Amino acid sequence: MTTPPSTLFDYVLGLADDALVSAQRMGWWISRAPELEEDVALANIGLDQLGQARALLTYAGAVEGAGRTEDDLAYLRDDREFRNVWLVERPQADFAVTIARLLVLATWQSELYVALASASDPTLAGVAGKAVKEVAYHVDHARLWTLRLGDGTEVSHLRMQQALDAEWPYVEELFAPTAGALVDPGALREGVLGRVEEVVVAATLSVPQVAPAIGGGRRGLHTEHLGHLLAEMQHLHRSHPGAVW
Amino acid sequence: MPNVSFDDLLADDGRVEPRDPMPDGYRRTLVRQIAQHAHSEIIGMQPEGNWISRAPSLRRKAILMAKVQDEAGHGLYLYAAAETLGVDRADLLDQLHTGRQKYSSIFNYPTLTWADVGAIGWLVDGAAIVNQVPLCRCSYGPYARAMVRICKEESFHQRQGFEILHTLSHGTPGQRAMAQDAVDRYWWPALMMFGPPDDDSPHSAQSMAWGIKRFSNDDLRQRFVDMTVPQAEALDLTLPDPEIRWNDERGHYDFGEVDFGELTEVIKGNGPCNRERMAHRLRAHEDGAWVREAAAAYAAKHAVPEEGAA
Ligand SMILES: [Fe+2]
Ligand SMILES: [Fe+2]
Repeated sequence: MTTPPSTLFDYVLGLADDALVSAQRMGWWISRAPELEEDVALANIGLDQLGQARALLTYAGAVEGAGRTEDDLAYLRDDREFRNVWLVERPQADFAVTIARLLVLATWQSELYVALASASDPTLAGVAGKAVKEVAYHVDHARLWTLRLGDGTEVSHLRMQQALDAEWPYVEELFAPTAGALVDPGALREGVLGRVEEVVVAATLSVPQVAPAIGGGRRGLHTEHLGHLLAEMQHLHRSHPGAVW
Repeated sequence: MPNVSFDDLLADDGRVEPRDPMPDGYRRTLVRQIAQHAHSEIIGMQPEGNWISRAPSLRRKAILMAKVQDEAGHGLYLYAAAETLGVDRADLLDQLHTGRQKYSSIFNYPTLTWADVGAIGWLVDGAAIVNQVPLCRCSYGPYARAMVRICKEESFHQRQGFEILHTLSHGTPGQRAMAQDAVDRYWWPALMMFGPPDDDSPHSAQSMAWGIKRFSNDDLRQRFVDMTVPQAEALDLTLPDPEIRWNDERGHYDFGEVDFGELTEVIKGNGPCNRERMAHRLRAHEDGAWVREAAAAYAAKHAVPEEGAA
C-alpha cells in the first residue's frame, strides 16, 4: 500500500506539530523552573522537540512539493491548519502538569519513533531513529520527577495526582485512527499505557479513570488555547512579510 | 606544596585552591564577586528569555533557547565555584532574593524588540567577555577554571548576536531600523557594565593586589570600545556617540562621557526593569518551592540503602 502524498503530508505535519507546540510550551519554563538544573533540563527537552519539529516540517514541505519551508509551515499556517493533538496545546505553567504531560507524550513518542525507525519511509525512519535516543531521555526525566512528586510530600502527591487527572482525558487522542499513518496509532496503545501506568503506580499515584476528551487536533479542530499560542509565536514573523531572519 | 603561604602563592602568580589558607577579606571578596556574577547569569536569562516564544524563525528560536540555557549553565558553574569557599547556593539565592547581593545592572534594561536579542549578544556578551577573559587568570583556581568554560560560550553568544544584527541591518528597512534602535539603546548601558570610573572604584586596588582583578575598569572599557567600533562599521550601524573617533596619539578610540548617574540610579533599583526582574525571579523561586521540597523528601525517603544493595 502506498500512502497518497496528501495524507502523508498531514500525517508528518501531525507529528511535527506535536513536537513544535510542545517545544513552544517548554520554552516558557526557561528562567521559571523550580531550580537551575531544571531550567537546563527543560530547555534541553524543548530543544530536542524543536529539532524534531524542524526535521519533520522540512520533510512535510518536501512531501507536499509546493516549496514550503519549515518556517512557512510553522509561522504562516492558522490554527485550523495545525494537526497536533490537544495534549500538547493547553497551558503548561504548572510543573506537575508539565511532568505528567511529558511522561505521556515522550512515552508515546518513544514507542512511535521506534516503530517509525523501521518503517518503509526512509526519511521518516531517519528522523525517528535520531529522535529515539532523545525521547528516551525525556521519558526518564519525566519518570524521575513523577516518582519524586508522587512519593515526595503530601502536597506534591496531591498536585501530581491532580495533574495526571487533568491530562488523562487527552491521552486517548494519541491512539485514534489517523489518515496516512505509517504506524497504526491504536497498535501503540497497550505499550504506551503499560509503561506510563507502571511509573504512575511506582510513584504511589493512581491511574485516573476519566472519559476521554473529544479531540480532533489531527483534523485541525483545536482547543481555544492554540490560537493564543500561535498568535504569540507567529506575530513577529508575520509582521515582516518576506523578511529574512 | 605544603606550607606555602597565601602571599607566596600570589607573589608566585600561583593558584589559590579551596584548601589553601587565605585571608578572610579575600574569601569574602570572592564570595561577593562570584555570587554577583552567578546572579547576573540567572537574571540575565530573563531579558532574552522574553523572546524565546516569539523568535522569528525556528532556527533563531533554537539558537536562543540554547543560549539562555547556556546562561543557566554558567549560573550553575559559578554557584559551584562559590560553594568551594564554604557558602551554599540556597543561601546565596536568598541574598539575591532579599536584595543583599546584586546582579549586573545591564539586565534591568528591557528587550523591546527582536533586535535587542542581537544587541545583547553583541554588546552585552561582548562586554562580558572583555571583563571575564582576565578572570581566567584570576588567583582563585575554581573561579578561574569556571571562567575558562564560560568565556568560550560567551564568545559564541557574541558572534550569534553580531550575526542577528548583521542580518537585520542588511534586511528590510523595518529590520534595519529595529537594529539601529537596539544599538542606540544598549550602547551606553553596555559601557556601564565595566563599573564606575577608576577614581571612583573603592574596591579595585585591593582586588588587583589579590590577583582577582587584573585590569582597571577604565582600561577594560577602553578595550571594549576599541574592539567594538570596527565591528559596528562592519555591521553598518552607528554607535550613538558623536565623539567616537580614532586617536592616533593614544592608539585608542576616544569616546564620550558615560552617564554614571544613570548607573547609580539603576544600581539603586530605579532602572526600567529592576522590579520586574526581581519579581520574576521570586515568583519562579516561590512557585517551585513545593517541587524542591518534594525532591528533598523523596531523596530522604530513599536514602537508606537496603541491606546488600549495590
Ligand atoms: Fe553567561
Ligand atoms: Fe552569554
